[in-house]
Amino acid sequence: MTQADTTLNFVSGDEKAVKTVPVSGQVNRVGTGLINPNQKLKFSFNGKEMTGFAGDTLASALLANGQRLVGRSFKYHRPRGILTAGSEEPNALVELRGGAAQEPNTRATVTELFDGLEAKSQNHRGSLNFDVMAITDFASPFLTAGFYYKTFMWPKAFWEKLYEPIIRKAAGLGSLSMKEDPDSYDKGFLHCDLLVIGAGPSGLTAALAAARSGARVILADEDFLPGGRLNAEALEVGGQSGSQWAANAVAELTSMDNVRLMTRTTVYGAYDHGVYGALERRTDHLAKSEGKPRQILWRIYSKRAVLAAGSTERPIAFGNNDRPGIMLAGAVRTYVNRFGVVPGKEMAVFTNNDDGWQTALDLQNAGVDLMAVIDSRDVDAPVSLPGVRHLRGQGIVNTIGRKGVKAVETTGGVTLPVDAVAVSGGWNPNVHLTCHQRGRPVWREEINAFVPGGALPVGMAVAGAANGAMTLAAALAEGQAVADAQLTDLGFTPVAADLPEASDEPSKGAAFWHVKESKSRAWLDQQNDVTVKDVKQSFQEGFRSVEHLKRYTTLGMATDQGKTANIPALAIMSELTGRPIQDTGTTIFRPPYTPVPIGAFGGRSRGKDFRPTRLTPSHKWAEANGASFVNVGNWLRAEWYTKPGEKGWRDSVDREALATRTSVGICDVTTLGKIDIKGKDAGAFLDKVYSNTFSTLKVGKVRYGLMLREDGICYDDGTTARLEDDHYVMTTTTANAVLVYRRLEFARQCLWPGLDVHLISTTDGWAQFAVAGPNSRNLLRKVVDDGFDISNEAFPFMACGKVTVFGGTPARLFRISFSGELAFEIAVPARFGNSMIEGLMKAGEEFDAIPYGTEALGVMRIEKGHCTANELTGQTTAHNIGLGKMVSQKKECIGNVLSQREEMIREDDVKLVGLRPVDRSLGLIAGSHFIGKGADATMANDQGWMTSVAWSPNLGHSIGLGFVKSGDTRKGEILRAVSPVHGTEMDVEIVSAHFVDPEGERLRG
Amino acid sequence: MIIEHPLLGPRDAAEFVYLGDASLIDRPDWQAEDAAERFYEYGYLRDNPAGEHQELWYHEQGDRSWLVVTRNTMSHEITKVELARDVAKARGRNT
Repeated sequence: MTQADTTLNFVSGDEKAVKTVPVSGQVNRVGTGLINPNQKLKFSFNGKEMTGFAGDTLASALLANGQRLVGRSFKYHRPRGILTAGSEEPNALVELRGGAAQEPNTRATVTELFDGLEAKSQNHRGSLNFDVMAITDFASPFLTAGFYYKTFMWPKAFWEKLYEPIIRKAAGLGSLSMKEDPDSYDKGFLHCDLLVIGAGPSGLTAALAAARSGARVILADEDFLPGGRLNAEALEVGGQSGSQWAANAVAELTSMDNVRLMTRTTVYGAYDHGVYGALERRTDHLAKSEGKPRQILWRIYSKRAVLAAGSTERPIAFGNNDRPGIMLAGAVRTYVNRFGVVPGKEMAVFTNNDDGWQTALDLQNAGVDLMAVIDSRDVDAPVSLPGVRHLRGQGIVNTIGRKGVKAVETTGGVTLPVDAVAVSGGWNPNVHLTCHQRGRPVWREEINAFVPGGALPVGMAVAGAANGAMTLAAALAEGQAVADAQLTDLGFTPVAADLPEASDEPSKGAAFWHVKESKSRAWLDQQNDVTVKDVKQSFQEGFRSVEHLKRYTTLGMATDQGKTANIPALAIMSELTGRPIQDTGTTIFRPPYTPVPIGAFGGRSRGKDFRPTRLTPSHKWAEANGASFVNVGNWLRAEWYTKPGEKGWRDSVDREALATRTSVGICDVTTLGKIDIKGKDAGAFLDKVYSNTFSTLKVGKVRYGLMLREDGICYDDGTTARLEDDHYVMTTTTANAVLVYRRLEFARQCLWPGLDVHLISTTDGWAQFAVAGPNSRNLLRKVVDDGFDISNEAFPFMACGKVTVFGGTPARLFRISFSGELAFEIAVPARFGNSMIEGLMKAGEEFDAIPYGTEALGVMRIEKGHCTANELTGQTTAHNIGLGKMVSQKKECIGNVLSQREEMIREDDVKLVGLRPVDRSLGLIAGSHFIGKGADATMANDQGWMTSVAWSPNLGHSIGLGFVKSGDTRKGEILRAVSPVHGTEMDVEIVSAHFVDPEGERLRG
Repeated sequence: MIIEHPLLGPRDAAEFVYLGDASLIDRPDWQAEDAAERFYEYGYLRDNPAGEHQELWYHEQGDRSWLVVTRNTMSHEITKVELARDVAKARGRNT
């Protein structure tokens, strides 16, 4: 913070402007407005040091420093300046900050100035003043609407390789830093009775009415200074300046507990049932965010809303109307009254309405030399401006001055030397949010603008300029009245309050859109470089509906969404077609109202926090024991455990698979889905959701179950144990745990609601370990408490039961095997998971027990011919995997009817088989397709494909599973496994899918 | 969107999983003569009305109840929310 320069000598009161000695460099600063002249801020633009004051925007500070040229246009690289003073700005887009925090396409008009701000102009090669790409402007006769569609059609291949990269480089906006965004973003939820969108005159009276009635109110405004146009006008409210009245209203609202005032917050979308999206910029106005979230994306739940979004001024199109220094008249008033900045010293005003005259008056009061007020209407001056030339019924036909306007020529042949021009083409109510639920605005002739129409979003009412109440007194009154109606609707009693006194300023206007006499290009959409000529060409080529006009010319498709451009353009289209503007219509308004950074949508969900990470109970133990982890859905599972001396993953996996088959291995299988099913109809329920029968399963037994989709395709598989008469425990695959549970609830509630059965997911409730290998029983005997007989006779293959371990810890024991070995799975409450793995490993020391990961698990299941998701792809039937007979036709179950469709039970369909390379030294490749000897490798000759491969350490060669047409009857045949992707082919032999222990002696042992 | 859960009151649609047409409750009789044809229609054919639509929503991030929501697909107005279990029973599914 520094003290104001002593040279500052601002205009005050009615004192006529004197040419003051400006604050160093701030040649256009003529007053203090609402800035804080005691807090000077330093900033830089394209490396040039400048100063401004607290309360400035970057745009007002640039103007204060006499910087008219701030950027280059998208397509023609035309020099451009600042057009507006708000979020509708099409031109003054800059790259803000540097390094990783660099943010392209930032609107200078809404960027709050802070000390040390760095901004750079965009879209030029070479300097801003000398842009080599400006050559495109001279080629403009060839670059009109549809140019790209027509020109770069041929040869076709050139588009992707040649044309597009060049065009992309030539056209465009700011550039990304390509570094990770260093800032954080948050999301939040808010609830209120009444949401008031916009804190201008009508928004403030609406919020005051609601707040005084006791309703919970949220008042949101995109500006950092609430007040809207009250801060930009010289009009009085209640006998004081408008800005002072606004400040008092804000102070009252801030003091109330039932009000949340949200400045720097853009309500960008109106969603269903009173839900609104809002973006709050929390630290954008600070040099550094200091670890605080930069922006917060709010979801606001409102019972009612008042949209008081105000209006946006539109320009008039005339020749070379895009030169720096040509601004909207209302924006000029904002700079003069709020920021104490004049855009130039010699100016002209061009208007089609009374409001432009207000700008002329304010400029005169600020000491600017007014060269003329040019009014397209042949009417008397609505405002008395002695000594100012009034050019009646004229327009600006052309302007001169390449990097900034130097003079204007009127249709009446008058040339005026100017350094800035204020243009007013009338005001458009900001109807955007009223249209987010397909509301369609209607044209109101007396104000020459669209106002909200059709069905508004549920609970929304519109007040003030957004609703076509275009004068101050009307806006203040309507805000209060609309809020009162909303509150009454909600059951609140509005508190009677007098409206502050204000006048209705002159507001008549004419429907005058462009100066037809202009020969030079007249801009409509300055951000996407769309001109009046482009609209005419669109008409001539038959693109006459507004939606076609938009897409053909790119009108309104830039980041500003054509806020200043669309209405003039469609009015011109309406002139061309001879159809009224109402029938021409608008394009559909969609969220967001202004751009929302992707970072805000992402919030905290980025990087590893993109989704939750689920860890198994033995995770820490696994980490400490050399495990490498793999993502399985949200879970992290150990894929193998590296021992000292092992050179690669294969060394670890081979060792784990061999050790398991020769002694004993332990694997954490907690991630498999577990669903508790209870109730007297639990068995009957399982019969309906599984293709095979479970009601006949004896207590203390486990059965493999195959689940189908209703269309007869395999969905999921697993084992289900019957622990008690009315209590089953189902396991699902890891990937389908959530989905299977959802389907079971659907079956229970929607299909068979009469069954007495209840479900609960217990996936996270139990830590479960597979203990596999010939020594698994010996190991578990040391773990399971005395008194539980787990001998082969008492606890045979597919037995299950409740036991205790390590002296009383409750556990569930299942004798099931995925590896094909003598094996068990033992489950303990999840909180004992870590102790359990430690206990199992300690008990297993004498057997050289090892932990194994998902890779060894995969090797052993391929050796045993068990299916996983590689085989159950959502396209395979029970018939394909050799389990056709398991699908019962004797009971009602999901999928059994459609599973019998002719095409799904063809004998010559593909069947699951085992495969091995004829040359045992070769490695099989998953995804290879099978082709007969001597046949071409085409889809016509395709006989199936390889689903899973592994190197079997037990067999000493590569093995695979796959689907082969009629494969079940073709054992011993030789096929070619062809992989065009890898460019490989090899001979393979069809064998049994059970490579290890085909008779199942081990698992029953 | 906000769904007025019959047991839990107004809940955000983000807590739910959408399934679709509530005709999925009307699972055909597996023993009917024309069971194959009827299951084909049940599985693959849906009305897609522009207007009022009865549809199934699952309160997965909540109490795990399946709901039948009557929603206008044009305006998203929700006129009725019922427990699917009650709807199924009312439609005669009571086994």
